[in-house]
Amino acid sequence: MMDVQSALFYAFSAVMLFASFRVITARNPVHAALYLVLAFFQASGIWMLLKAEFLSIALVLVYVGAVMVLFLFVVMMLDINIDSIRQGFWKHFPLAATVGAVIALELAAVLLGGFHITEPQKQVAAQVISPVAVTAVAPVDVASALPAADVGHVVVAQVSNTKALGVLLYTEYLYPVQIAALILLVALIAAIALTLRARKDSKFQNAGDQVRVKARDRVTLVKMDAVKPAPAAPAAEETKA
Amino acid sequence: MSITLGHYLTLGAILFALSVIGIFLNRKNLIVLLMAIELMLLAVNMNFVAFSHYLGDLNGQIFVFFILTVAAAESAIGLAILVQLFRNKSSINVDELNTLKG
Repeated sequence: MMDVQSALFYAFSAVMLFASFRVITARNPVHAALYLVLAFFQASGIWMLLKAEFLSIALVLVYVGAVMVLFLFVVMMLDINIDSIRQGFWKHFPLAATVGAVIALELAAVLLGGFHITEPQKQVAAQVISPVAVTAVAPVDVASALPAADVGHVVVAQVSNTKALGVLLYTEYLYPVQIAALILLVALIAAIALTLRARKDSKFQNAGDQVRVKARDRVTLVKMDAVKPAPAAPAAEETKA
Repeated sequence: MSITLGHYLTLGAILFALSVIGIFLNRKNLIVLLMAIELMLLAVNMNFVAFSHYLGDLNGQIFVFFILTVAAAESAIGLAILVQLFRNKSSINVDELNTLKG
């Protein structure tokens, strides 16, 4: 007897593990990237089961929409010789299997020792942040009230996961958010600076040179006398006519 | 039977072990190495979200948010370095990256 959530969990997990196995063994990097997309979709479904809607959607948007498309672009842009890359692929397999088994056993030992929490505790933020509380209390108070609120498990108002996360992000975690924005800016500049290749034959303007230019650099006055005399005879005829 | 916290943690552990195996297997392919790192971060994020749900603490999800940010920046810069590398050496084989060796 299995309820719907358990069935969904096992389905998502099975597909995700299969997809990640194919990511590390796929022959073609494009296939690996597409399997990674599949794995991210399954993970997003599992996070939905965990009632983390915002992160689940953000995972699809950020990873599938941006990062994996970037991966695909790079994979398709580079002309990779697959055969030379696959050479000696299974040579490391015994070592890899050993290390993987050791890690899995270690983690299993830790997991079997504890973590028998079966019932999820009530989402803290869902209890505190009613719209009234958000408007009535100063923002800092909302943030400080968050941890203290799990005293009673009375659900005051059902607030969505996104709203609760947003309140927490922009009160308690305001500075980390700004630092994260700075990290993204640095990554943006670094990616452009690393891959920008100035072509030798491209025409461009140097604004500094344009500003600093003097009149004598542009206009050269040459003193010379007119060598060709003005035609006199036709002018005389014109006056006569 | 219902899904417990241990189920999610086990899933994360298997995912992490798989990606470590992937790092060992794809010693020559820098792109798949980056993908394995992404899988590792996903496994860690899975643990964070599971703990956040079962302990009723929203701070875990905030942490996942920042991990996503840093992972996006990391993969962008990593791929940029990869492109530069391919332009210079016409190969993404990790074994050939021994220019700094004295």
